[in-house]
Amino acid sequence: MAREYPWRNRVRCAGPAALLLLLATGGPVGAADYVEWQAEGLAIPQPLGGLDGDPERGRELAIARDKGNCLACHQMPVPEQSDHGTIGPPLYGIADRLNEGQLRLRVVDEKRVNPETIMPGFYRHPRHFNRPLPGTDHTILTAQEVEDVVAYLMTLKGAQ
Amino acid sequence: MIRRRVAALVGARSPGRPGQKAEGRRVAVRRGVAQRTGLLRGGLPGLALALGLAGTAGAWEEPRSGYEFLPPEVQQMQDDEFANPGMFAVEEGQAAFNEPGFNGKSCASCHGADGEKLDPQAIARYPIYDAEKDAPRTLQQQVNRCREYQLEELPLPYDDRRLVLLETFVRYKARGAEVNVDIDGPLRPFYEAGRELYRTRIGQLQMACTHCHDQYTGANLRDQVLNQGQVNGFPAYRLMANRISSVQRKFRDCFVTLRARPYAPGSEAFINLELYTTARGNGLPIETPGIRR
Repeated sequence: MAREYPWRNRVRCAGPAALLLLLATGGPVGAADYVEWQAEGLAIPQPLGGLDGDPERGRELAIARDKGNCLACHQMPVPEQSDHGTIGPPLYGIADRLNEGQLRLRVVDEKRVNPETIMPGFYRHPRHFNRPLPGTDHTILTAQEVEDVVAYLMTLKGAQ
Repeated sequence: MIRRRVAALVGARSPGRPGQKAEGRRVAVRRGVAQRTGLLRGGLPGLALALGLAGTAGAWEEPRSGYEFLPPEVQQMQDDEFANPGMFAVEEGQAAFNEPGFNGKSCASCHGADGEKLDPQAIARYPIYDAEKDAPRTLQQQVNRCREYQLEELPLPYDDRRLVLLETFVRYKARGAEVNVDIDGPLRPFYEAGRELYRTRIGQLQMACTHCHDQYTGANLRDQVLNQGQVNGFPAYRLMANRISSVQRKFRDCFVTLRARPYAPGSEAFINLELYTTARGNGLPIETPGIRR
């Protein structure tokens, strides 16, 4: 797939410099710096890369259309946004129904739970993408962003 | 600001009207299961969820035009030829229809200045089977072919603006005719290839057409209502793009939305997809120029 885009080889030739730049900016995660994870049953008990999530940042990512965009499909306790999707289940009180590891797997790759799902795998390995647009063959969220979203989801308890 | 207003306009929901039968046997079989288990009587989310878990079968029973998913204001805009912005494309298309080609003939030489000699029933059968090439032939390819053979013009690239305008005019002349693509004959394998692509996950978002347009028809995707992905209104005037748009241009935009690399206009993949999406709406009236998001 990479061979079709010559510019990408140039990026790769830049090698260490590009990697450093990506790490420094916390930019998109390509195949090279993908953090491997381990599922146990239908959960990923350990945080990706052992990172700590920030629930406030996670809430912003859940709203952002170019990031999590959870609101596209789920109703959530986000009153300042008017349009909430009705495709997936509402996420009110989701942390009462699922534990952290279960939520993490659903954010990382819901297809492990339901192979027919419409929900994108936000940390699915880019090698599984079919015809990604040039410049998008990286995970939708970074490992840190996944942990932020999971930390936010863990705050959705009880009636809000 | 204007984009938001348009989104709000197009996003609102409107009541439906019964349509007609389409789709293949496999779906009909699954539909039978759904009916027996009472799923179709359940709420839409329940139904969509159940089918989502059962497989990527169509969640809808009858084809419904995208028109039915538009708010009443936009429906009125489409119905009123003085308000419908797609009518400018029809007029430009008619001018191109009457423009002489290399040998001095124009489309009008055979089909009449107002296209009055075009047969709406024949137009409604496109894409047809091209025995010479053993492939589907879309209406746009037919128009291009006419230009080449009758007007002695050089063929235009697929989705060239002039071709889209001509296609818009020609399909407008068949407004109201019921889409009637024959997929039981030699077009069957191409139809099935199109259906396969319709159900193949693409792009960074890893979704297929079927996810939105079969499984979740009627549900809200943030501020828009998902329709069945029917193409009977195309070429349509698209409010988010502010221009007339062919079916394959719409495919391209859907691919980019899913962050997938589109196929080229006129490619085998998109021709098959056009065949599939047109035929699954067999029985719907041609609405060109429709107004869509």
